[in-house]
Amino acid sequence: MQNIVFLVLRRMRLPLIALICAYAISILGFVLIDGVDNHGQPWHMDFFHAFYFVSFMGSTIGFGEIPYPFTDAQRLWATLTIYITVVTWLYTIGSLLSIVQDHSLRRVRAFTTFTRRVRRMREPFYLVCGYGDTGALLVRELASRDIGCTVIDIDEARIQALEVEGLPIHTPGICADANETEVLTVAGLSNSYCQGVIAVTNSDVTNLKVAITSKLLRPHLQVIARAETHDAAANMTSFGTDHVVNPFDTFADRFGMMFHSPAMYLVYEWITSVHDTPLKDFVVPPRGLWVICGFGRFGKAVRKHLTFEGVQTQIIEANPHGTQPPDGAVIGRGTEAITLRQARIEDAVGIVAGTDDDTNNLSILMTARDLNGGLFTVSRQNQRSNDALFDAARVNLNMQTSAIIARRVLSLIMTPLLGDFLRLARHRDEEWANLLVSRVSGVVTELSPQTWTLSIDEGKCPAVVQMLAQGTPVTIAQIMTHPVDRSRPLPCVPLLLKRGANLELQPSMETPLENGDQLLFCGVHEAWLEMKTTTKNFNALTYVITGAERPDGYIWRWVSRNKTLDQS
Amino acid sequence: MNMEKVVFAFFIVLALTINFGFVMGEMSDPGHHNAYELFSALIISLIATVLKFGDRTHIGAVLLATSLVADLQLIVAALVWGVLVYGTGTGLTPHTVADIVSLAGGALVANFASVVILITETVMLRR
Repeated sequence: MQNIVFLVLRRMRLPLIALICAYAISILGFVLIDGVDNHGQPWHMDFFHAFYFVSFMGSTIGFGEIPYPFTDAQRLWATLTIYITVVTWLYTIGSLLSIVQDHSLRRVRAFTTFTRRVRRMREPFYLVCGYGDTGALLVRELASRDIGCTVIDIDEARIQALEVEGLPIHTPGICADANETEVLTVAGLSNSYCQGVIAVTNSDVTNLKVAITSKLLRPHLQVIARAETHDAAANMTSFGTDHVVNPFDTFADRFGMMFHSPAMYLVYEWITSVHDTPLKDFVVPPRGLWVICGFGRFGKAVRKHLTFEGVQTQIIEANPHGTQPPDGAVIGRGTEAITLRQARIEDAVGIVAGTDDDTNNLSILMTARDLNGGLFTVSRQNQRSNDALFDAARVNLNMQTSAIIARRVLSLIMTPLLGDFLRLARHRDEEWANLLVSRVSGVVTELSPQTWTLSIDEGKCPAVVQMLAQGTPVTIAQIMTHPVDRSRPLPCVPLLLKRGANLELQPSMETPLENGDQLLFCGVHEAWLEMKTTTKNFNALTYVITGAERPDGYIWRWVSRNKTLDQS
Repeated sequence: MNMEKVVFAFFIVLALTINFGFVMGEMSDPGHHNAYELFSALIISLIATVLKFGDRTHIGAVLLATSLVADLQLIVAALVWGVLVYGTGTGLTPHTVADIVSLAGGALVANFASVVILITETVMLRR
């Protein structure tokens, strides 16, 4: 605010001085020029009348000649001053309007508004740097879960897109460079409600700068950064960035998992999926020769994991000097039939279209399918705007950079236990995963399941804590009961129980709860809502445990006590 | 030589000198205090104020403040003059003239402070 006042005052100096001078000259003229009163006596206008006359003349040119009709000399001067004052007024008002429209002033104003909005945030929020495909998806998903964000992006058009997005939660955004410390400070680093910083710009350098600035200024803040090169990732980890997300590695890791454990892959996919997406089906990629087009960061990661799984690969790369593919790689783009034939596409079982150009990737897939109809197709989608094209291409597996990062970041933020669960699950065998898949598919509908954490503490589950304090044991099965009809279990599955430092995968339904436990569930959204009722409302919990409706209020309790006394 | 500084100093000093010219003379003698002088003192003081707009230094802020004080005093003096002559019809008695001149005298002190600050700043520059 301070800045704007100074800027306006500085720009208004000349117009204001012009206005003062115009008034001074006009007033002085009227005071000096001879006039005549009603009786023909010589008369001089004084300062008071002159100021009065010039004031209304300059703005309205009305009211007539006062207090006596003017002489010709006075009229001449009045004509002249009309032009002086009117032009000066127009100049002053015009300057004021142009200042309001001024680009630099608008930026200052936007910055001031943004600062004020962030300062007023009174709920936990995340600072998101970069509002591209990933950032937009992330902010929307967080907002739908009632978590606020502040957004920084260097592109004005994206910030405008944020303003018209119509998010359910007010999300302040600013068009600024996230490399500047002041911008980060204003956008949330200095706010005690800021929960974490998410750096998902498309430049590794900027993400690195954001991560290091946040870690230096607020060491305890959670920092999640996107890194597309191993250099940047190692650098970020070195100074304590909490989570580094590499979309290519994440995807390649899952893809590799599909080969040795399709059920485990399904477990991973289901419990880390975004709200309201259709449930993925069981897919087993064939083993045999795989053709990988593009040996950039994506191609390298995929080849590494495929080789680890014992799958034979053939590389096609257009720029062998920049990427240094292994020996035997075919030089070319992969969009022409001849290159694909050279890579023995007819003998292959699968193709990975992994260049950084969406059009080329689609072209590779179409050509490859023409040559070999039974191919398993994997594509890399770089732009979210091409969703419709990739849908129409009916790819077996589509890697969408922004969705992969957004899902990973979301699961890190929303359900910290999920990381523990996935880490433990990885060491289990395929049979265990199969069992879990069948349990989960038993409770979910055609939409992907939701995961949530339940903390047994005074704030989140007051009813459970109260019940435990009374000495009544509460089991997992009991809180997983419908609060209206106790014969109906809620459609969800307990995934993990964290008690102190102990982690228990898929805890038994009869496990009694303890104060301080943390539970990870997966199931349909409604189950979560019902579970909140059961664990928060003491009467509902009493009902699911004993089957008796607990009387509410002093009178009903008194009545029911008398009743039980009579019976005994 | 900086033209901006010349104009700036010119108006600040001129505000002081014209103000001084108006105040000078027998306190309660209407003949010693010219209406034109009060008018020009007010106009110059207003211009000097606007010239100080937008200076974000500490000295700039103090200069703006003293200037605003001078404006206030002079505007009140002019108002008193106008009200006494045209509003109440009392006219310019020795008593009312003394009131007007004492108000303008206050503005004189504020203008003097402005000039002192201006000189101090110039001396501190040492070049």
